[in-house]
Amino acid sequence: MSKYYLNYLDELESEAIYILREVWAQFQNPVILFSGGKDSILVTHLAKKAFYPSKIPFPLLHVDTGHNFPETIQFRDDLIKELGVQLIVGSVQESIDTGRVAEEKGKNATRNALQITTLLDAIENNKIDCAIGGGRRDEEKARAKERFFSHRDDFGQWDPKNQRPELWNLLNGKHFEGEHFRAFPISNWTEMDVWNYIKREDIKIPSLYLAHQREVVWRNDSWIPVSEFLKLEENEKIETKKIRFRTLGDITITGGIESEANTLEKIVAEVAAMKQTERGNRSDDKRSETAMEDRKRQGYF
Amino acid sequence: MEIDKNQLLRFTTAGSVDDGKSTLIGRLLYDSKAIFEDQLEAIENTSRKKGHEGVDLALFTDGLRDEREQGITIDVAYRYFTTPKRKFIIADTPGHIQYTRNMVTGASTANAALILIDARHGVIEQTKRHAFIASLLQIPHIIVCINKMDLVDYSEEVYENIINQFEEFSSKLYVKDIQFLPISALDGDNVVNRSTNMDWYKGAPLLYTLETMHISSDINKIDARFPVQTVLRPQREGFIDYRGYAGRVASGIFRPGDEVVILPSGFTSTIKSIDTMDGSLEEVFAPMSVTITLKDDIDISRGDMIVKENNQPKPLQEFDAMLCWFNNSPARPRAKYTIVHTSNEQKAMIKEVVYKIDINTYAREEQDKELKMNDIARISIRTTRPLMVDEYRDNRLTGSFVLIDDATHETVAAGMIV
Ligand SMILES: Nc1nc2c(ncn2[C@@H]2O[C@H](COP(=O)(O)OP(=O)(O)O)[C@@H](O)[C@H]2O)c(=O)[nH]1
Ligand SMILES: [Mg+2]
Repeated sequence: MSKYYLNYLDELESEAIYILREVWAQFQNPVILFSGGKDSILVTHLAKKAFYPSKIPFPLLHVDTGHNFPETIQFRDDLIKELGVQLIVGSVQESIDTGRVAEEKGKNATRNALQITTLLDAIENNKIDCAIGGGRRDEEKARAKERFFSHRDDFGQWDPKNQRPELWNLLNGKHFEGEHFRAFPISNWTEMDVWNYIKREDIKIPSLYLAHQREVVWRNDSWIPVSEFLKLEENEKIETKKIRFRTLGDITITGGIESEANTLEKIVAEVAAMKQTERGNRSDDKRSETAMEDRKRQGYF
Repeated sequence: MEIDKNQLLRFTTAGSVDDGKSTLIGRLLYDSKAIFEDQLEAIENTSRKKGHEGVDLALFTDGLRDEREQGITIDVAYRYFTTPKRKFIIADTPGHIQYTRNMVTGASTANAALILIDARHGVIEQTKRHAFIASLLQIPHIIVCINKMDLVDYSEEVYENIINQFEEFSSKLYVKDIQFLPISALDGDNVVNRSTNMDWYKGAPLLYTLETMHISSDINKIDARFPVQTVLRPQREGFIDYRGYAGRVASGIFRPGDEVVILPSGFTSTIKSIDTMDGSLEEVFAPMSVTITLKDDIDISRGDMIVKENNQPKPLQEFDAMLCWFNNSPARPRAKYTIVHTSNEQKAMIKEVVYKIDINTYAREEQDKELKMNDIARISIRTTRPLMVDEYRDNRLTGSFVLIDDATHETVAAGMIV
């Protein structure tokens, strides 16, 4: 075989770098949406590569639900220091305190939907014209239709039926004042690709992704971590399990799985044998079959 | 690990409604174990609600709410699966004539196209259209899947007849490689596993064909083209005078020491280094994203192209192209659009619609000159400044462009330079 071809991870990397550079060239004020999860860590790593030897030329934006894993915040602050870039925090707690949103009530209350308002406010207040996200098309069926450059109207809304076509590698980021874009450089990566690449590049990730002992409660078919925000229901009991997380989000709804995988090698092997999607452990997606599409239309990540 | 040698293959699916595209993709994913239990469960639930017996694998690709309600595919949906040999990206596109533009989009980056034909109906108007689009977009490999063989008693004669029908018109098209396959997407015959119902078919099943298809030779290694995306000037310690040109190799091969020309200025220089965060490279080719530094200080910016002295694209301000119109509002005669070609952007005017093509019959239409949504036409275009172009046939990236309407910012057309 010819030596002039890339393996698939190199091709995905090259595509992501291309998209990140297009964002920089086409927008005035882009940011990386940083959640502390592996996908946004990956995007940040790719941005480092895209602009080397320059620093990443734009800030990171963290939409903070207030329901964090302490490890996530520590990780975020260390990374910011290492990169020497600016951090912008949009606080859901502040949105609640200022009456922009009301906290959900009831057993399955989450701050997930509230993040939309906080995010859109942060975008507007900071005059952000492109928010780069770690969304992947394999995560969820509504995400499967996302463009690399995805238009949002001046209400921050997505119109999946009226998207701009993307041909070859030509990306159209033109927009009117008040509108913005979401850019998804790792659209074409699967969970497996992400882990294989993290392992190959030896990218630092929060310890939460590796198996560790933790106090948890069995709820909605997964292990929800005990935290100051968790209200125990009747019949629920706290147990200590060896678990790890496949995604990281709001600590009140991010379920872990029982696992012995405490190295990247073991995680890759475990993910390869997985029978459930990673979002299968997130109760926010279980609400209805089109839960993600409905949230995305309104401006969700 | 072995997997590190694996290539990426992008393919698109075409076929008219109900030919079984979604079922075929669902089958590929299902049999290659790319469907997770919770996804399968969700599909089973929906299938039951709709009164289907068994699982309707098509539901797996029909993502958006409206589509599930109407039971059709209206946009491009991307799906992924990996086998021990390759990673695959599928662009599942709808087949109706009103979605020609979606097919064109899916085809623009594809290494291969699967064209589905319902064995009971044989070649129909839509088949011709799909083959036309595949050849127009220069997809190097076409696999014609003759589906629903279970409904024609797995008949070899039916299969052979359809091949003959197909070859009758495909001889008029320019396609590098066409293969035929008899399958049943519903039952999985010849999809991942060889069919036991069609002993007369001696070829490989679809997945094996996709896994072993030769795609490295499809890359243009001759014409070195490097469109500059952005200039990197770190101005920090260790890199005070660093000036790097960041971009993605569109075609050809670049090495340090190469004599290069910068277009459109025409200045010449020598490549000093080709950098990445992981170190400098001795040789780069498409589609690598790298940063090039030059021995001389030249004023270079986004939209410029680095090429080799002895092999240059043509600087053209007026050229012909095959254009597919994407927008609801028709093209306005002699109106100005923004043309995006590689990383370069200019204003452009469609000077003339030379002819439209009836993509079902391949007939040229020279009277009706109005470009409406989904129309494909040969046009003459004029730009405010020269673009550095190649013919699309030689170079998919430097031979293609899109038009943007300045009033709406929408991408209204895609063009292939002839
Ligand atoms: N008997 C039979 N039916 C099939 C086969 N493939 C697809 N179908 C059925 O044809 C119908 C349309 O399939 P679908 O995949 O939605 O077609 P699409 O519109 O091309 O995506 C569905 O009812 C499928 O179950 C096949 O190989 N044999
Ligand atoms: Mg379909």
